[in-house]
Amino acid sequence: MKFSTLVRHLREGVKNVVRNGWMTFASVSSIIISLFILGAFLLLAMNVNNLADQIESQVQIRVYLQLNTDDAKINELKNTIGNIPEVSKIEFVSKEKGLEALRESMGADGAELLEGYDQTNNPLPDSFTVEVFEPQKIAYAAKQIEAIGKTDESSPITSVKYGKGTVESLFKIMNAVRNIGLVIVAGLGVTAMFLISNTIKTTIVARRREIGIMKLVGATNNFIRWPFFIEGALIGCFGSVVTVVLLLVGYSRLVEVSQVELGLMMIKLVTLKDAGYTVSVLILGLGTLIGIWGSTLSVRKYLKV
Amino acid sequence: MIELQDIWKTYADGTHALRGVSVRIDRNEFVYLVGPSGAGKSTFMKLIYREEIPTKGQISVNGFNIGKLKPRKIPYVRRNIGVIFQDYRLLPKLTVYENIAFAMEVIEAPRRVIKKRTMEVLELVGLKGRHSSLPQQLSGGEQQRVAIARAIVNNPSVIVADEPTGNLDPETSWGIMNLLEEINFRGTTIIMATHNKEIVNTLRKRVIAIENGTIVRDEVRGEYGYEI
Repeated sequence: MKFSTLVRHLREGVKNVVRNGWMTFASVSSIIISLFILGAFLLLAMNVNNLADQIESQVQIRVYLQLNTDDAKINELKNTIGNIPEVSKIEFVSKEKGLEALRESMGADGAELLEGYDQTNNPLPDSFTVEVFEPQKIAYAAKQIEAIGKTDESSPITSVKYGKGTVESLFKIMNAVRNIGLVIVAGLGVTAMFLISNTIKTTIVARRREIGIMKLVGATNNFIRWPFFIEGALIGCFGSVVTVVLLLVGYSRLVEVSQVELGLMMIKLVTLKDAGYTVSVLILGLGTLIGIWGSTLSVRKYLKV
Repeated sequence: MIELQDIWKTYADGTHALRGVSVRIDRNEFVYLVGPSGAGKSTFMKLIYREEIPTKGQISVNGFNIGKLKPRKIPYVRRNIGVIFQDYRLLPKLTVYENIAFAMEVIEAPRRVIKKRTMEVLELVGLKGRHSSLPQQLSGGEQQRVAIARAIVNNPSVIVADEPTGNLDPETSWGIMNLLEEINFRGTTIIMATHNKEIVNTLRKRVIAIENGTIVRDEVRGEYGYEI
C-alpha cells in the first residue's frame, strides 16, 4: 500500500467518525456504559481480593515451648523453623512479652483477672509467632513445625496452633469470594463485547449500500476495510478513554470520602495508583480491541458481493 | 470488446433470466437494450460488470474471461467499466466532488491528479459550481450527472447504464442522453437498458431486444418496437 493511500485511509476513518455523527454517538455511548459497569465491578473485585489478602495475611502460627527451655535451644529452634521454605517470618515472644500482650488485649476487664501475676510467677510459656509466605499453606507449615518438635529428643515444643478448622473455612470463603468476583468480571467482559460489537454492526448494516457502491467503482476489499478499521479503533479508543477518566475520578473520590470510616473498620481500599494502572490498561485495551473487532467483523460480511 | 457466447443464467430460485444469449459488441458502439420488464436486461448488464456469473457459457470483456475471474481480480476489471443506475447510487454523506474523487482514490491516483481530473469531468457534465453540494441538495438530473461523472472519471472503455433516464422528466432525460452521446463520441462503448421509446426512436442506435431471456431482435439502427 502506498503511503499516500494510508494517509487517505486515516483521513477517511476520522471523517467517517464525524460524518456518521449519531451512529458514532451510539457506539461510543454503548462502549462507555458497558465498560463502565465492567470497570466498576473490576474495582470492586480488586478490593474484595485485596481485603481477602489482608484478612488471610493475618493468620499466623503460634508455637508454644516447654516452660524451662534454655536460650541455646530457643535459638536453635528459631533457626530450624526459620529455615522452612514456607516460613516468611519468625518472632520470639518471651513469656514476659506474652503476659504484657495478654494484659493489653484483655483490657480493663482482664486487668483484675491477671492481677497478681508478675515475672516471678508468670504462668505463660515462651512462644514463637510464625508467619508464612502463602497463608493457604499454613497447615502444611504447622505440620512441619510439629515434626521438628517430635524429632527433638527433649521435645521442647508443647503445641503448635494456627486456628485449625477456622482458618480452613476462612480460606474456603475467601476463595469463593475471589472466584465469584472473577466470574462476574469475565461475564461482564463478554457481555460488553457483544453489546458493543452489536451496536457497531448496526451502524455498518446502515452502510451496506455504501460498501456496495465502493465495490462497484472497483475498490478492493482492503481499500474498503481500512477506513472502517480505523473508525472502529477510534471509536473504541475514545469510548474507553472517557470510561477510564470517569472510573478513576469516581474511584479517587470514593477513596477520599470513605477513608475515615473504612479506616475505623481496619479496611484499606486499593490505592488509586495500583487500581488505576490495571483498570486503565484493561479498559483501554479491551475497548480498542472491541472497536476494531466489531467493525472489521461486520464489514467482512458485506464484502462478499 | 464484449462477447457473450451461449450465456445461460438461472438464479437460485429457479428463474431462468437468460437462455442461450450470444452477442458481440465492438469498441465504441452505442447499444440500446430493450424489452419488457423481467426479460433479462438487468441480468445481461450485471454479467458484464461481474455482479453475477453465468450459469453456463462464456463472457469476455476487454479480453478478460469474466465468468472465470478470481474474486481478487474483480475490482481491477470493474475499474474499466463505468456503471450508471436509475437510482444514481451516490454516497449520501459525500459531496459531489468527493463522490467523483472516490472512484479515483480507489485506483490510488495522486491527489493532484484526482483534483485536476475531477474538476475536468465536473465541467464536462455541467456541474462545475456544485462540487461541494451533497447529493440530497441536487435535483434528480443533477444527481445522475454526478453518477455519470463518477462512471467516466477513470476513462473506462465501457459504460453500462441501467435505465439512466428512468426517474427523470423528458427534458432532463435529453440532457443526460446528449451527455452519453458525447462520451460515446470520445471513444467509450455504451450499453444502455431503457424503456424510453422516444429516445430510442429519435437518437437512432443499435437496438438489442430481449424477451424471455433470449435475443429476439438485433438491428444496427433499430427502433423501440414496443407499445407503451
